[in-house]
Amino acid sequence: MRSLIKSKQTNKNINGASSAVDSGNVDLDNVDLNSVGLGGVGRSKKHESADKHVSGEALYIDDRPSLRGQLHAAVGQSTIACGLIKSIDLSAVKAAAGVIAVITVDDVPGHTDISPVFPGDPVLAIDKVDYVGQAIFAVAATSHDLARRAVKLAKIEYEEMAAVLTVKDALAKQSFVRPPFTMQRGDSANAIAQAAHQLSGEISVGGQEHFYLEGQVSTAEPTEDGGMTVFSSSQHPSEVQKLVAEVLNIPLNKVVVDTRRMGGGFGGKETQAAPWACLAALLSNKTKRPVKFKLSRSDDMCMTGKRHPFENNYHVGFDSNGQIKGINIEVNGNCGYSPDLSDAIVDRAMFHSDNAYFLDQATVTGNRCKLNTVSHTAFRGFGGPQGMMTIEMVMDDIARHLGKDPLAIRKINLYGKDERNETHYHQKVEHNKMAELIASLEQSADYQARRANISQFNNDNAILKKGLALTPVKFGISFTVQHLNQAGALVHIYTDGTIHLNHGGTEMGQGLYTKVAQIVAEEFQVDVDTVGVSATRTDKVPNTSPTAASSGTDLNGKAAQAAAKIIKARLIEFACEKYDVNEAQVVFKANQVIVAAETFSFAEFVQQAYMGRVSLSSTGFYKTPKIHFDRATGKGRPFFYYSTGAAVSEVLIDTLTGEYKLLRADILQDVGQSLNPAIDIGQIEGAFIQGMGWLTTEELVWNEQGRLLSNNPATYKIPAISDTPSDFRVSLVPDDPNREHTIYNSKAVGEPPLMLGISVWSALKDAISSVSNYQLSPKLDTPATPERVLWAVEAMKETTRALGDI
Amino acid sequence: MSINAIRFLLNNDVVSIENIDPNMTVLQYLREERFNSGTKEGCSSGDCGACTVVMAELAKDKQTLNYKAINACISFVGSLHAKQLITVEHLKQGAKLHHVQQTMVDHHGSQCGFCTPGFVMSSFALHQHNNTPNRVEVLEALAGNLCRCTGYRSIIDAALVPNESTANDSFAQHYQQTVKQLNDFKTLPSAELSNNVHRYFAPKSSAELAKKLLDNPQAILVAGATDLALTVTQNLATIDDLVYLGDVAELHRLDNNADEFVIGSAVPYSEFTPMLANEYHELGEMIERIGSKQIRNNGTLGGNIGNASPIGDMPPALIALGATMTLQRGDSERKIALEDFFIAYKKTVLNEAEFIKNIYIPKAKAGQLLKVYKISKRIDDDISAVLAAFFIELNDNVVTNIRIAFGGMAGIPMRAKHCEAALLNKTFNKASITAAQQALTQDFQPMSDVRASDKYRMKVGQNLIEKCYLELQSKNIETRVVNYA
Repeated sequence: MRSLIKSKQTNKNINGASSAVDSGNVDLDNVDLNSVGLGGVGRSKKHESADKHVSGEALYIDDRPSLRGQLHAAVGQSTIACGLIKSIDLSAVKAAAGVIAVITVDDVPGHTDISPVFPGDPVLAIDKVDYVGQAIFAVAATSHDLARRAVKLAKIEYEEMAAVLTVKDALAKQSFVRPPFTMQRGDSANAIAQAAHQLSGEISVGGQEHFYLEGQVSTAEPTEDGGMTVFSSSQHPSEVQKLVAEVLNIPLNKVVVDTRRMGGGFGGKETQAAPWACLAALLSNKTKRPVKFKLSRSDDMCMTGKRHPFENNYHVGFDSNGQIKGINIEVNGNCGYSPDLSDAIVDRAMFHSDNAYFLDQATVTGNRCKLNTVSHTAFRGFGGPQGMMTIEMVMDDIARHLGKDPLAIRKINLYGKDERNETHYHQKVEHNKMAELIASLEQSADYQARRANISQFNNDNAILKKGLALTPVKFGISFTVQHLNQAGALVHIYTDGTIHLNHGGTEMGQGLYTKVAQIVAEEFQVDVDTVGVSATRTDKVPNTSPTAASSGTDLNGKAAQAAAKIIKARLIEFACEKYDVNEAQVVFKANQVIVAAETFSFAEFVQQAYMGRVSLSSTGFYKTPKIHFDRATGKGRPFFYYSTGAAVSEVLIDTLTGEYKLLRADILQDVGQSLNPAIDIGQIEGAFIQGMGWLTTEELVWNEQGRLLSNNPATYKIPAISDTPSDFRVSLVPDDPNREHTIYNSKAVGEPPLMLGISVWSALKDAISSVSNYQLSPKLDTPATPERVLWAVEAMKETTRALGDI
Repeated sequence: MSINAIRFLLNNDVVSIENIDPNMTVLQYLREERFNSGTKEGCSSGDCGACTVVMAELAKDKQTLNYKAINACISFVGSLHAKQLITVEHLKQGAKLHHVQQTMVDHHGSQCGFCTPGFVMSSFALHQHNNTPNRVEVLEALAGNLCRCTGYRSIIDAALVPNESTANDSFAQHYQQTVKQLNDFKTLPSAELSNNVHRYFAPKSSAELAKKLLDNPQAILVAGATDLALTVTQNLATIDDLVYLGDVAELHRLDNNADEFVIGSAVPYSEFTPMLANEYHELGEMIERIGSKQIRNNGTLGGNIGNASPIGDMPPALIALGATMTLQRGDSERKIALEDFFIAYKKTVLNEAEFIKNIYIPKAKAGQLLKVYKISKRIDDDISAVLAAFFIELNDNVVTNIRIAFGGMAGIPMRAKHCEAALLNKTFNKASITAAQQALTQDFQPMSDVRASDKYRMKVGQNLIEKCYLELQSKNIETRVVNYA
């Protein structure tokens, strides 16, 4: 039985750290069935690689045994943010110990541009550099260290040009990587003007370094026919295949890309894995030796794109209840120097500028600002989180303006069921149960009682203040680029009854391989251990989409199910013929195939089918139905469905230092019918903490020359273990299958819960607002470091004093 | 006398290595020389813990083993000498996962799995000494391991599961044999390692060390290597001559005298902290936030001082306590106040061929107390924006003795003398505190960097003076978002 699943219940404790934890309280469904028992959906199966992870046996690309003659790559980087390359002297590099080959863009036999969608990403700089860290030349040497040392010896002269290093500057200069775009519903200007109240505000939302624990890495091995086999830590092997073929000027069928697993991706290996694979392939092609390219951590942090920083602003009109009547929102994404995926990312920020709220008359404009920094890229949420920040700020600002609890304002603005249910891009919000979800969480998290307690605490304490916030997330599921919403799979059954599964999705820790194996096991009613999964390879399943947009299971699960169903239909047909029964008399159950009165083990039956010359291999294919979006009119249904959830966070801040701590978090997430509750809860917890990190301690700092200063984990602080609240309660909405026909009516889970981290930011603001006795809405740009929190507290104190003086 | 080899146990096998570049890290050794890829490279700077391995060494009694989690990525291979090295490959017995591995599986504690071997090893070290750890102990043990996937809850739950099978696992079975082998290693002469270009020498006495430095004044001293190794792994430097302090007997002094502590410069944090924490509770809490368990297992007090970072974190606290230190060169020794050790940014009074020997930390007399504040972006394993230490003696609410020192406010850790003057012999009240806060601007003109702005540093410095006052005025007031211990 699947019921409300809680990951953790602990006692509330002000300072957290000392609270006792009863580990016996974990109530994951069927924990005893993790290792054995029937595979199949709905159970908390362990990750297919769990045993290998914990024993160090799981192989990542850097762990693969090195091949005879293997070389190591490194690149020489631009030291300026913008300028022309006047001269390159690589003589010392070529003469350096261990160096076998050195290449510049002139040595590229094929395409020199490796951009994913719109042009602008040279594999090596062409006459000009556009950010500090841009690759200018590449070296292959006999060791990783020698390659890294050699690239430091280049003498490069530049003619420096004025760099654009702020969004403000980019807007002033109309420096864009793609044209601005507006989505509109109704006449917002008029609605704002007619409303009883108006407010304006702006917010700077910081970017985020992916900090996948395994850095970017690829190896390339030349094949006998002039082709290339590439092992890449990539979310998008098919694109790596295409780009490697293009830079080498060879057909795609000569390139194979293999991705068994990544040590984390988070969007950072969607497009950003390709340059290193291409460079390894170019060097491999030149030397005819295998080449490994592993970025050092600091190179990885300087040379690969991050979550886009945004600078957003709003002008809203609302009634005296706090309900929005009209709003103008402008989102300005810092895209870095090239388009990369920024068009779609800023689009998604615009699509999510409503979050869960009906905006009524709305105008949402998105600018794609071009700056001389690394090109910013996909990161879990893909612009959605940055878009949501504006409207969540609006909720808090309206609440303070009207002297109401922000939760009341959030509730009154939620999308309705049958009315007030159309987004600013004209998609109807269907099957909307957000109000019920919030009500349920408000109760289970004891929001109102805690609100009262916190008010009391804040009255009693001069230095420490507490804050509480409940924020919802409504996140659109589907690639907004329609053609990406397709997937393929390949299923074989061998004569011993074991099953082999491949699909186009990649495993980055999210448990995709496990879930899809469960789906195939479910189809045949066999143990999940019967289903073997091996690396995602472009020669097994072709033309795949990136594993991104939370779509991995939705797409690949359906494709694998389709493949399994095809084989199953053949097996049933075979049984009907051989045993002269009808289809209803053939039942797959408990590792067996029951044919009328006879029962065979699955393996026995498969052997019979083989002897009966039945094909035991099939591909499967899936494309997402219903979706369409016309960018010319800004209207359509870009999303198949919405994933929803909500979180309550309680924080404690120090008004003298700005330090803070998350004391408790309660999450209720709708994953439809969970395919694997343990994996889903893991995704929710991890995403929430990652979202919290984005909005709190993870600060990207560039200096005035455009150089990234926070370029290592000593200066860039992702959440560590004590940042996890000692009281952390995660639940899945029970008994609420997806109304759309997704795989077993589950819902995507990868990205949506990241945005639940916004509740931490809002709770910090709630605590800061208490300094003004909740009269003022603090401006709190992100990341809300202790420094920013302290300045926000100081601003509250000053304004409150000034108001007092009047 | 010396042997030109490093000898250690790799799990249960005696390994002797020679003719290897002593700039090589333990991580490189494992992955590139031994082809053991279970230990991962996440950052090569000791910040993420993916490379965590466990080093077992003899305790002072020579009969028990200390299992210490360390960062393989910033430990030089020479430091393995006479120790046992245990990696993730050594935990599984046949097909059976070790307790700390099985609980990670059972609690779904791995997602991408790349950080997992490091967590497993940190948890293993914890469970070797404490098979029923509580949450605080788990957090302390795992604070140096970053996970980007799970959000940590499942990992905490896994590490909390008591280990009831330590008594008969392979480490227990080999325990006496390991103790004997490590004792045998101790009888070896001083270790040396060289690839004929770069040299590593591990003297066993201060006399041997002093002579080595006089003969070879360009040699670089290395103790825990938690900072020095980064010059190799991050800045791609190579060090010609490394002299390792970890085997020098005199530098391992750890005395708890009636009126002072004496700590040898090569004693790691993890060994001297309990003694200090007992006397100065807040100092103990602060030390738990210096680096990570892995760093504190290797990092030494002498290294922290000799490194002369503007931040510390120990120097400001020790300056406030009036600590002194002995420096040795050849066979002569001098004693100086710690606050006089630092001259300018990364510059000290240490002469060529001179080394830090012992640090002397006075105990508190009646009425004296120490307050310490560490301010950083993240609670765990972060470098301070500001470190403030207040040593105060009050008599009838009059400040009769005060030393205030800050890290992160100037090019060196230093006293805030104007601030002290504003308080000394004054009534400890709001007025004198306000004066002290204003005086701080005369003491420091802090800088802006990646960690904090100049304005924040000054504001927080001033606010910490107020906080110190409030905490001393009222024991009941809640003023800290995080309490340790």
